[in-house]
Amino acid sequence: MGNSWYGPLADPSGNAGYAADHPPRVGFFTDTSVCIGCKACEVACKEWNALPADGPHHDQPDLLDLTATSYDNTGALGASTYRHVAFVEQTRPRAAAATVDLGMPLPANDGDATEVRWLMASDVCKHCTHAACLDVCPTGALIRTEHGTVLVQDDVCNGCGYCIPACPYGVIDQRKGSREEGGGGAFKCTMCHDRLGAGLQPACATACPTESIQFGPLDELRERAARRVETLHERGVPEARLYGHDPDDGVGGDGAFFLLLDEPEVYGLPPDPVVTTRDLPSMWRHAAAAALTVAATVAAAFLGGRR
Amino acid sequence: MSPRRVGRGERLMVPDAEFSSYYGRPILKSPTWKVPDVPLYLYLGGAAGTSACIAALADVTGRGPLRRWGRLAALTGALVSVGALVHDLGRPRRFLHMLRVLKPTSPLSVGSWILAPFGTLSGLAAASELTGIAPAVGRAAGIGAAALGPAMTTYTAVLLADTAVPAWHEAHRELPFVFAGSALAAGGGIGLAARGDVRPARRVAIAGAVLELVAGTVLERRVGFARSAYTGGRPGRLLKLARAATATGAAAAAAGGLVPGRRGRMLSLAAAALLNGGAAATRFGIFEAGVVSARDPAYTVQPQRARVEARRAGVDG
Repeated sequence: MGNSWYGPLADPSGNAGYAADHPPRVGFFTDTSVCIGCKACEVACKEWNALPADGPHHDQPDLLDLTATSYDNTGALGASTYRHVAFVEQTRPRAAAATVDLGMPLPANDGDATEVRWLMASDVCKHCTHAACLDVCPTGALIRTEHGTVLVQDDVCNGCGYCIPACPYGVIDQRKGSREEGGGGAFKCTMCHDRLGAGLQPACATACPTESIQFGPLDELRERAARRVETLHERGVPEARLYGHDPDDGVGGDGAFFLLLDEPEVYGLPPDPVVTTRDLPSMWRHAAAAALTVAATVAAAFLGGRR
Repeated sequence: MSPRRVGRGERLMVPDAEFSSYYGRPILKSPTWKVPDVPLYLYLGGAAGTSACIAALADVTGRGPLRRWGRLAALTGALVSVGALVHDLGRPRRFLHMLRVLKPTSPLSVGSWILAPFGTLSGLAAASELTGIAPAVGRAAGIGAAALGPAMTTYTAVLLADTAVPAWHEAHRELPFVFAGSALAAGGGIGLAARGDVRPARRVAIAGAVLELVAGTVLERRVGFARSAYTGGRPGRLLKLARAATATGAAAAAAGGLVPGRRGRMLSLAAAALLNGGAAATRFGIFEAGVVSARDPAYTVQPQRARVEARRAGVDG
């Protein structure tokens, strides 16, 4: 079977060469409508994976970095942060909110009344069906696992950094620090590969107290997510929508997808990511044409002999 | 509609930058590639590739000084390129892992498999040139390096374009031609510094400069939303400087061919310096335009948001 670079792909592990009896593709469904922003996932991930501190003071872990924008002081996913809880504070017109009548007297809504809503969402590597990081890795350090996830083999990675700008979600990064801490290499969520083999759930999903992070076979998660969106729509939350669930999207669907309550970019997610490798055949064609131009130009410059 | 609109204030690079973001934070991770290592490697690899082509044809057509100059430039460019690449690795001791597999989906893997034999063959040709030993081997190696030379000049464009970085990816059709022109201008310029008959190098340099200027203009027209990454700020200044140097260099190269004697030679040397300065500035400018477009979420969000809205309108309409 040839490599598929773009479009729907039912079985990425099979496509990568695993025998037909490989385990089912697993993933995360992160339902942000029940996330309480407790960051248990971040802590469980750090603990299980023994991740070092990060940020500008990574060599002085006692120094905390404060973003001074919200309760989110983690900021973003990174080489030592495989789960990141985003915290969005929005002021919006009260009319836009779905309210439950508790029989309490409410102040008259004269049209400019506003309310605050908090959006919390635990972000993670998307384990794309078509993973740009994996495609561009020159050493083969990044692989597709038998579970359909995307994994960095740290003993192979030479720290070239190509995967970092290739990721359309800005997930993977190079770790700073000493060799013992893995410095120089590229790191990202492994979906707790070491737990999967032992039949355990990833640490974040295990720790999540509200089942905002759900782990399981991807097919089941997609069905469950579709039902959840329907339920929310029925309950008067029309802004609920899925993100990354669609096998027809620019990355062939994510192994880790989300239920969001606003546009993706509000949470720091790209609205319509496309795997860069989609255009690679065109890139090679243009590069070949340009290289032929070079060869022809030099050859033509030598025509006309030695005058 | 989302109520969170983050304006960019005085850091505004993009007109009408009304868009949602997560506290203005970047969505993409910026390349960790070091400056000057990587832009320098882009420039030197291109110059070396053209020099190898010029050297091989100078050899076949009996232009000794041009051959010698080209072979030495090809080797120097290849050596410094490899050095810059290894230095850029997070784990330099594992540089040989680059040759662990050959992966067509990874431009860096393909590039390593172009650069490694190119460097080896250029080394053989240059060694034969310097020692006078085994000229037949030197000629064969030089022709081998010349066969890889054109690929050396353009694979680096794919290397940049095959990322999520908006300014690079959106320019994936034009970048190879900018790099090709820039490499021809640089390699031809280096050839101009040789003694003897440098007419072919002059033609290469002028044709390359024209291609570099035209392809660069086309790139900025077609790149769409990422245009301001190329025209504004430091990358914009670098690329303006590059264009000025390249245009002046091409004029000096042409004039050097018309003016006889020592003044002609001085013009050719000035052309060599200007064309190479221009080619290097082009690579630095393009590299930095990419970094600018990765750091500002506007470049990621706005074109993607426009795609989503267009699809929605298509479905509704």
